[in-house]
Amino acid sequence: MAVAEVRPVLHGFRGQEIPDFDVIRSCVHCGFCLPVCPTYRVTGRERSSPRGRIWLMKSIAEGRLDLFDPLFEEEMTLCLDCRACEAVCPSGVRYGEILEASRAQLVQHRPQTVKERFLRFLGFQVLLGDLRRFRAANRLLRLYQRSGLRALARRSGLLRLLGMEHADRLMPEINDRFVVADGSFYPATGERRGRVALFVGCVMGTSYAHVHEATIRVLTRNGFDVALIDGQGCCGALHVHSGDPESGRRLARRNIDALDSPYIDAVIVNAAGCSAVLKEYPHLLRDDHDYAERARAFSAKVRDVIEFLVERGLSAQPGPLPMTVTYQEPCHLAHAQRITRQPRALLEAIPELRLVEMAESALCCGSAGIYNLLRPEMASTLLERKLDNALATGAEAIVSANPGCMLQLQAGLRARGERVPVLHLIEVLDRAYAAAPATRPAEALAAD
Amino acid sequence: MDRQALRERLLRIVGPDGIIDDPDELLVYEYDASDEVFAGHHRPDITVLPRTAEQVQEIVNLANEFGIPVTPRGAGTGLAGAALAVRGGILLVMTRMNRVLEINERDGYAIVEPGVINLELSQLTQPRGYFFAPDPASQRACTIGGNVANNSGGPHCLKYGVTSNHILGLEVVLPSGERIWTGGPAPESPGVDLTGVLVGSEGTLGIVTKVMVRLTRLPEAVNVLLAAFPDLESASQATSAIIAAGILPAALEMMDQLTIKAVEAAFHAGYPEDAGAVLLIELDGLAEIVAESAERVAELCRQCGATEVRVARTPRERELLWLGRKSAFGAMGRLSPNYYLVDTTVPRTKLPPTMRTVEELSREYRLRIANVFHAGDGNLHPLILFDRLVPGEIERVLRCTTDILQYCVDVGGTLSGEHGIGFEKRDYMTLIFTTDDLCAMAGLKRSFDPRELFNPDKVFPSGFSCGEVNALRQQALAQRLGIEFV
Repeated sequence: MAVAEVRPVLHGFRGQEIPDFDVIRSCVHCGFCLPVCPTYRVTGRERSSPRGRIWLMKSIAEGRLDLFDPLFEEEMTLCLDCRACEAVCPSGVRYGEILEASRAQLVQHRPQTVKERFLRFLGFQVLLGDLRRFRAANRLLRLYQRSGLRALARRSGLLRLLGMEHADRLMPEINDRFVVADGSFYPATGERRGRVALFVGCVMGTSYAHVHEATIRVLTRNGFDVALIDGQGCCGALHVHSGDPESGRRLARRNIDALDSPYIDAVIVNAAGCSAVLKEYPHLLRDDHDYAERARAFSAKVRDVIEFLVERGLSAQPGPLPMTVTYQEPCHLAHAQRITRQPRALLEAIPELRLVEMAESALCCGSAGIYNLLRPEMASTLLERKLDNALATGAEAIVSANPGCMLQLQAGLRARGERVPVLHLIEVLDRAYAAAPATRPAEALAAD
Repeated sequence: MDRQALRERLLRIVGPDGIIDDPDELLVYEYDASDEVFAGHHRPDITVLPRTAEQVQEIVNLANEFGIPVTPRGAGTGLAGAALAVRGGILLVMTRMNRVLEINERDGYAIVEPGVINLELSQLTQPRGYFFAPDPASQRACTIGGNVANNSGGPHCLKYGVTSNHILGLEVVLPSGERIWTGGPAPESPGVDLTGVLVGSEGTLGIVTKVMVRLTRLPEAVNVLLAAFPDLESASQATSAIIAAGILPAALEMMDQLTIKAVEAAFHAGYPEDAGAVLLIELDGLAEIVAESAERVAELCRQCGATEVRVARTPRERELLWLGRKSAFGAMGRLSPNYYLVDTTVPRTKLPPTMRTVEELSREYRLRIANVFHAGDGNLHPLILFDRLVPGEIERVLRCTTDILQYCVDVGGTLSGEHGIGFEKRDYMTLIFTTDDLCAMAGLKRSFDPRELFNPDKVFPSGFSCGEVNALRQQALAQRLGIEFV
């Protein structure tokens, strides 16, 4: 029986950002990645597995599959870039790197629709290109949420008409005050152990400004001066993940210029997506003559706040917090940075707090940056699965450490009418400190 | 063949979600975990993902009607190309049949569908105090159906035996389209042992749709030791010494320096990178006996020249040590873009000279060979590293493989310990089997599958498919009896 006619191959990888063939062929197709891949678990199709996707990339590199084959684009966008596969890969295939390069190939060579170009420009250049504009837009959103306009838009069916219902549901509540990188400085309380810069970012500074405030309190209480150095901007993760590394590089250079200071010991990040990409600046800027070396030095100082607190040890003992929580692992913390032990260690350091592990805590919740806007169907399948697992623990709060996951979980819980709150791990720690007497001798958690 | 008609009929059985026939998408079904240089690329005509045994039966009936081959496949983690549709036709992917149907710990069995992942079965039964003993290195990903097809081994098979020791019964769809049950929960069943025939037949005799597996009680205590040695020779001696002392570890694994480096880079499992070889020894059973044996094992290792003996203190440390061992094959991608697995077994006492021979051949053919193996069983896994883009390397790998296999067979060993023969090792079968042996096997195959539709071109060397077997058998008989068939 003859194989059906195969489509002719006209387009291969070319130009900028060609997926590294040596990385592609470091995959020995052992299949260990299959059971941890969210899209494979849902579809059961090999094409939607990391191994399948790498084989598709390889087929393009070898001229057996066309770059514009709809199958390829479909798979490159269906992938969440959660990188769970990397964490279990014995061969150490740098999957995220070749996936992002493949996406960059598609963005580069495939004709884009006017709508797509407009949205990219609006989101990536206008809003995230300068955080002042991002904050201004957030103020407008807050007005929309509070003035009754939202209620009106929902009631009138206008949202449905514009196809914005889904986006509206995912929109976070905007805080009434923002945390801005304006050069402010918060001195350590108690014995001083060092000085750190807080990476402010986009949504963490607006919708999650209260998490930033908690982070500052926890860090100062543990003996660290916290500086909100001005000049920093968006981390560039969304750009890099969606095939626009050039914009990512521009943002990376700006952050390095702003934050690369000899006077700070570490750059502290409380959004896992941001800390992951900040640590990848050396790869992003590998061909930049002026910045490659600086990127390496800069990234060596980047720490996720959870990682940092466990590395340096808590110098102040948290107070008791009698509640039951479950922990949902942000992919870019657990998989991209392999930080899985530390969040649990911090939670366990809080007296009377009970951590109940959920099933599949390391399976993506479906948020994945802007994925939940682009691929709502897969995103909500994964979200429902995540909520089922989380709620089955009977926890009084779901703890996470990344704004994307938190937005996604909050939207899902709202839709279900559940009252279980979603908290950033640092918020939990901050509450525990609030319950502690002001000065208590250090013990709790020893440094690594 | 009428593709369109076949497609229509399959659609009626499994629905649009259950078939894949886009030629570009079929690209991702042209490989399994075996090296493409030796197994090749084989695109099926259509991939079908059934959900029930009834669907499998209907698909097989359809294949009979259309006269096209059917190749069953689990997770595609096999290392010998057994799950490749080398003659096209239908690739039957069993991963959606992944329900655990019954767990009966009182009678010590579970009934599962073939797509259940090996480790997930053990995770499910562990809270009740039981596990499924066969633990191939790929157990996080591989399926029970695949274990049955390959009669898979694993580190713990030293004490607990290979898959066939843990299969009580099977529901199978035969090439004729009949669906039968073999075996059962009783320790012994009358009549021909069809379960025994089917386990390890690599999907050439039937397609398994349900598996009744034996559940094994979790041991009271487990102890994992890591012993570092200056070279493979001393580690091999320690292996023999431990077994000779009458200790039967649950697992006794050896890794050489190249392998240690690769897995350390992968997972920082805590292996000493400067060691020439390490032994990973797991002891299990009653707490007192385990503690006593552990001391004795440590002492024996030191006597044989171990530079360091460490005991995993926590379950986490134990898990890490095993993670390193079980990821060793996959980690080869860090050392080289291609590797070829030689899966051979020699009598345990022949391990030291065999290791020396492998080392000599490595030098002679200028090929790096990583060694990671079940020392306790004498089941070697020399992994020959190469790069398919370097001219001449493939040729040298083939010659080196043949030499290693020939040596192992000469010292009384065999061709495959646990990974199966599949497609790419079938021509080595003549190294260990005579024409009569192969004819007997081919005769069995013929009685099950006279049209050769189930996983064709597997296990039997080319030239020994059942079509040719009658002629060969008659020839042999004629010679022996001095008569002539007309």
